[in-house]
Amino acid sequence: MNIDSIQNGYVIDHIRAGRSMEIYRYLGLDSLDCSVAIIRNAKSARMGKKDIIKIDEEIPVNLEMLGYIDPGITVNVIRNGERVDKKHLELPQRVVNVIRCKNPRCITQIEQEVDQIFFLADRGKQTYRCLYCETAHKSGEG
Amino acid sequence: MRHLLDIVDLSTREIDELLDVADQIIAQPREYREKMRHRKLATLFFEPSTRTRLSFEAAMLELGGSVLGFSSADSSSAAKGESVADTVRTVGCYADIIAMRHPKEGAPTVAAQVSPVPIINAGDGGHNHPTQTLTDLLTIRREKGRLDQLVVGMCGDLQFGRTVHSLMNAMARYKSIRFVLISPRELCIPDYLRESMRKAGVPFVEVEKLEDVIGTLDILYMTRVQKERFFNEADYVRLKDSYILDPEKLSRARQDLCIMHPLPRVNEISRAVDSDPRAAYFRQVLNGKFVRMALILKLLEGEA
Repeated sequence: MNIDSIQNGYVIDHIRAGRSMEIYRYLGLDSLDCSVAIIRNAKSARMGKKDIIKIDEEIPVNLEMLGYIDPGITVNVIRNGERVDKKHLELPQRVVNVIRCKNPRCITQIEQEVDQIFFLADRGKQTYRCLYCETAHKSGEG
Repeated sequence: MRHLLDIVDLSTREIDELLDVADQIIAQPREYREKMRHRKLATLFFEPSTRTRLSFEAAMLELGGSVLGFSSADSSSAAKGESVADTVRTVGCYADIIAMRHPKEGAPTVAAQVSPVPIINAGDGGHNHPTQTLTDLLTIRREKGRLDQLVVGMCGDLQFGRTVHSLMNAMARYKSIRFVLISPRELCIPDYLRESMRKAGVPFVEVEKLEDVIGTLDILYMTRVQKERFFNEADYVRLKDSYILDPEKLSRARQDLCIMHPLPRVNEISRAVDSDPRAAYFRQVLNGKFVRMALILKLLEGEA
């Protein structure tokens, strides 16, 4: 399989196999004009299988949010065909308006225009808690 | 500006200082009669809780201040669909401090994000009720003379009882605390609390019957076990009497046991126990007013 290398943009590597479409949707890649490659189930010595996304354009990317979706991701920044930066992502301390609290008794269910804020409660278990009611939410559970 | 939303917002040192002020108020109430003169407390009770609201109001009145507010959502603009944030912004223009009860969990956090005055969480659903915990801590310290080196029995509904969870979290920060958790299996403490006790290195045992352990306790914190919480009738019938404290069970307890209850009680403590000097639950109610006085002083004047 041959995919052109990119000039200016990102190679998002080490995506857990099967999660690339979630990232594709989150980054709104379907609305871009540039070339976007999604490689699914690529062989990986470390992960067994992984997904990769290549984007040939420097779009705004919220790295914290990507870290929340999949903390194992590596983001390579490419300029003029060369890798100029490599970022290893991790779970962010706080995510805003990414997760919705599922607790029916939480104030966020009724209060108008209140931000849905979750904080990282346990990095090992990848558990977040709602800032308001402290209901737990596991990272990557949608 | 400080708020009190969760008991762990306060360090153990701050709690100790607050309890010291409460003790001073109890010893010399006259000295505090004018402290909050011309200051106003708003009690925003989006659900009724007469006991807690009156305790806050009595506290502010005894400090020489005034009170305003509402006691149910029906009589507030919430009935017209106003948000908590807007209600609090508005009331913050009239009052110097707000005590708020709301059926939704986290409502006081929303309030604190926008409020121009300190917010006290007076209970948010099944989530937090920090002034009850302060009340409990003051009671334990006054009855036992300390907050460390205690065997604390928690009895009844330990799964849904927020007062139990808060008190355990608060006491776990003191030295040499051991918990004895007495409940039917269906109503044992939630997993996250069990985990946090293990993480904090606080020893605890879980048992089903009060009579088996009552003789080992320094504190017995009773809560109500509701029939509808049980999965089956047979378990309820088998265990229901285990969670009722009566003189017979009390005869096996130490002479210096301290019996507490967040109230209201239904039948989980027999009336015959009320006259026993170990029954501290009505003294606990009075302590609730004093500790709320100390808290209002701390939040408005930084005195505690």
